[in-house]
Amino acid sequence: MSRPAASEPYGSVPRKEDPRFVRGKGTFVDDVTLPGMLHGAMLRSPVAHARIVSIDIAAAQAHPSVEAVITGEMLAGRGLAWMPTLSGDVQAVLATDKVRFQGQEVAFVVARDRYSARDALELISVEYEPLPAVVDASRALDAGAALIRDDLPGRADNRIFDWEAGDREATDDVFAAAQVVVGCDMLYPRSHPAPLETCGAVAEVDQLTGRLTIWCTTQAPHAHRTLYALVTGLPEHKIRVISPDVGGGFGNKVPIYPGYLCAIVGSIITGKPVKWMEDRSENLMSTSFARDYHMHGEIAATRDGKILGLRAKVLADHGAFNGAAQPTKFPAGFFHIFTGSYDLRAAHCEVTGVYTNKAPGGVAYSCSFRITEAVYLVERMVDLLARELGADPAELRMQNLLRPEQFPYTCPTGWVYDSGDYPRALRTALDIAGYAELRREQAAKRDRGEYMGIGISFFTEGVGAGPRKHMDILGLGMADGADLRVHPTGKAVLSVSCQTQGQGHETTFAQIVAAELGLSPDDVEVVHGDTDRTPFGLGTYGSRSTAVSGAAAAVVARKVRDRARLVAAAMMEVSPDDLEWAGGTWRVKGDPEHARGIGEIAMAAHSGLDLPEGVEGHLDAATVYNPPNLTFPFGAYICVTDVDPGTGVVSVRRFVAVDDCGVRINPMIVEGQIHGGLADGVGMALMQAITFDSDGNCLAGSFMDYLLPTAVECPSWELGTTVTPSPHHPIGAKGVGESATVGSPAAVVNSVLDALAPFGVRHADMPLTPASVWRAIQGRPLRADWPAD
Amino acid sequence: MRITVNVNGTEYSRVIEPRLLLIHFIRDDLGLTGSHWGCDTSNCGACIVWLDEQPVKSCTVLAPMADGRRILTVEGLARGGRLDPVQQGFARCHGLQCGFCTPGMMLTARWLLDHNPDPTEAQIREAISGQLCRCTGYENIVRSVRWAADHEAAVSADTAGQAGGTRARPR
Repeated sequence: MSRPAASEPYGSVPRKEDPRFVRGKGTFVDDVTLPGMLHGAMLRSPVAHARIVSIDIAAAQAHPSVEAVITGEMLAGRGLAWMPTLSGDVQAVLATDKVRFQGQEVAFVVARDRYSARDALELISVEYEPLPAVVDASRALDAGAALIRDDLPGRADNRIFDWEAGDREATDDVFAAAQVVVGCDMLYPRSHPAPLETCGAVAEVDQLTGRLTIWCTTQAPHAHRTLYALVTGLPEHKIRVISPDVGGGFGNKVPIYPGYLCAIVGSIITGKPVKWMEDRSENLMSTSFARDYHMHGEIAATRDGKILGLRAKVLADHGAFNGAAQPTKFPAGFFHIFTGSYDLRAAHCEVTGVYTNKAPGGVAYSCSFRITEAVYLVERMVDLLARELGADPAELRMQNLLRPEQFPYTCPTGWVYDSGDYPRALRTALDIAGYAELRREQAAKRDRGEYMGIGISFFTEGVGAGPRKHMDILGLGMADGADLRVHPTGKAVLSVSCQTQGQGHETTFAQIVAAELGLSPDDVEVVHGDTDRTPFGLGTYGSRSTAVSGAAAAVVARKVRDRARLVAAAMMEVSPDDLEWAGGTWRVKGDPEHARGIGEIAMAAHSGLDLPEGVEGHLDAATVYNPPNLTFPFGAYICVTDVDPGTGVVSVRRFVAVDDCGVRINPMIVEGQIHGGLADGVGMALMQAITFDSDGNCLAGSFMDYLLPTAVECPSWELGTTVTPSPHHPIGAKGVGESATVGSPAAVVNSVLDALAPFGVRHADMPLTPASVWRAIQGRPLRADWPAD
Repeated sequence: MRITVNVNGTEYSRVIEPRLLLIHFIRDDLGLTGSHWGCDTSNCGACIVWLDEQPVKSCTVLAPMADGRRILTVEGLARGGRLDPVQQGFARCHGLQCGFCTPGMMLTARWLLDHNPDPTEAQIREAISGQLCRCTGYENIVRSVRWAADHEAAVSADTAGQAGGTRARPR
């Protein structure tokens, strides 16, 4: 592999972003205030499924502070009542015919202040004719189930897709011949990423030029611009999407939401800027949810513990509109990487996607396009197999992990893993945890009637979508542009298409360029989050920023370095072939005294220096990076829990996480992302679930009901590192942003179920709340998809 | 109605609707956007400011309740252009990622250190347990507060008249 030219700028340097944030000087969307700006508020459906009989907006229009009231019918007149989703479905901007989930957008009020806009919502009268709601995904395909998407021509049922991967026949053969087969039903419950900043926008349409500027909570400003162009008919050069500081994304801010479009239409109608910020309930009830995978897994093995095959059957609840944001060719995301980190002969999975009367989404929570669900399934199955065989889960994993010499490795469903040393990562985690001692402690405690659990998960992700030949969203190939300009004094500006919601790109990407050019990261400014100032690219999600845009940054810096070589040769009147790149300079081979740094070269490139033929002046370059493959980070996680069988309360005592994401540019930032993902994993395993009653009422519409982990539910994370560079990434890096969210829930659940083994509890579904754990001990487990009433 | 409040040492007098929430008063009427709104239900703490000497969740305080009182927001943490040790700690220890929860976390941390200059990890976690961070998993927030505790003496020795005792803020 190629190594960074100069590794010194890599390291845990403080973030460039922080000086503004610690002073309270960030600029989030709700901080944007424009002269004459109006405020929008959304009227939402109180019911999950109903026909709209009538909407009366007269009283709202008469409110003295209201400037506009927009309904679906009015949008239909402009051809804007429906919009495309990122999965090729359509979604109602404002409902015209029916409402299909509780919280669906019905009307939009534009008023002179926030409070009046809310007041006016109360003045709108909507008559609904209730319809039976499809809440239980397993009943969505029943003959008598209500048809949710009667807007789609020719649609006879609630099926969205049937999809499969792997070799069914070979897998069936493996299972038929296997000595041991273990199966389990499991639910990955509906969850929500709940970034602390909700979604919102400020839209300003210039009445004179027709130009739209929208400040928006988006992780994908360029993809959004293209979609706005498609929906509104405005040409892209008349649309500027600015994604300023964004208060967390985690996938929630990839899709386009009706509120964004309503703010735009509001500005068109009123001629003034319009701000729309949803509240927390709106965020939890209407924006993109995650998971909701109803899975059956089976694992086949020999009696001595050699894993032979895996199969899975999944029912995927996508809600009322298929709004998942993922590569087009993969309706179940990358779920078919579910063979995980193990060397096995055959695998097959089939996924059926269905509509239900719930909020749309599906891929929206640091999930690496459904790899979260895949890792959970395989890691639960391996633990269940260990239980069946009476084997130690660590030893069983070690026995079956892929070996370093098998890379690059093509898994049974077709993914080509780029690099890995899995046994090393697992050994490192076991050493940090003191695994043998933990098992001894567990045995001693069980003798005393105390229940501690030790849970392991090992994960492999495929991140950095992706090769454009295979991966696109709405036909847009997933390649990322980067522009780099080195100014005459040697200060550089890098423009990238991705966008940061806390990942620290302004720092990390400056370090990448600095390493390639022998500059200080302080001398590299990173521009992002503004479509007028950055090249096209698909955005920040799926752990793709460093994997794709970070690669683009390295490649464009190398282009500049190559051009600098020609200029340096002209400066020193030698042949470029006589120069070598060393110590951040181009220097004459064997003559370290004759060298030119990028600063001097940049000045010369802008000067009257006679440049060789074919060499343009200045010191700029542009590139588009089309990744040859995904990168495949991996890791070994160990969770130690203590469970009180009397109350069902689980406390996470320790969590060891060994991550291998290849070369780390800024280890401090990498570790921070891992910390955050581990907290997500604890939350999903123990607390978080978006649940519904049998009428489709959302029961998790606020932070009073949708529980997120705080500092007292989280242990002090114990991290370990191994480094196996990606062979195809320009600097050997792999994505990492979602690794911990993907890998950790299985470790927590395996730990709790390990603790509960003496009670004969084989499996219980997330979230393992006190009630759920207690019920599991009583032999009456709970499931979050079973309606509460 | 008219209210008068002292925010970060500056007096502001405004005519407002009685139902106005303090967070909206601070952000929209005074233009101090460092304090954030996150949940409406007092769960997340992104809106924490000090009302007199006490951290409060300003999304559940009516602006008229602040009439005649002193408010400290993140914009008032630095003194004389010098960052508070808590602010320095958050930047030094990577105590923030997206930055949205940070102002509230720092204001709670400042209060904690004013009342307990040498907190244990458990005490720091307890102090911020009414607040949410979705990025950091809390680890580096805890380290940041501890860094501030460890460096408090050195930093405040540089600031005349600030050594020792609970500090009345805003000044």
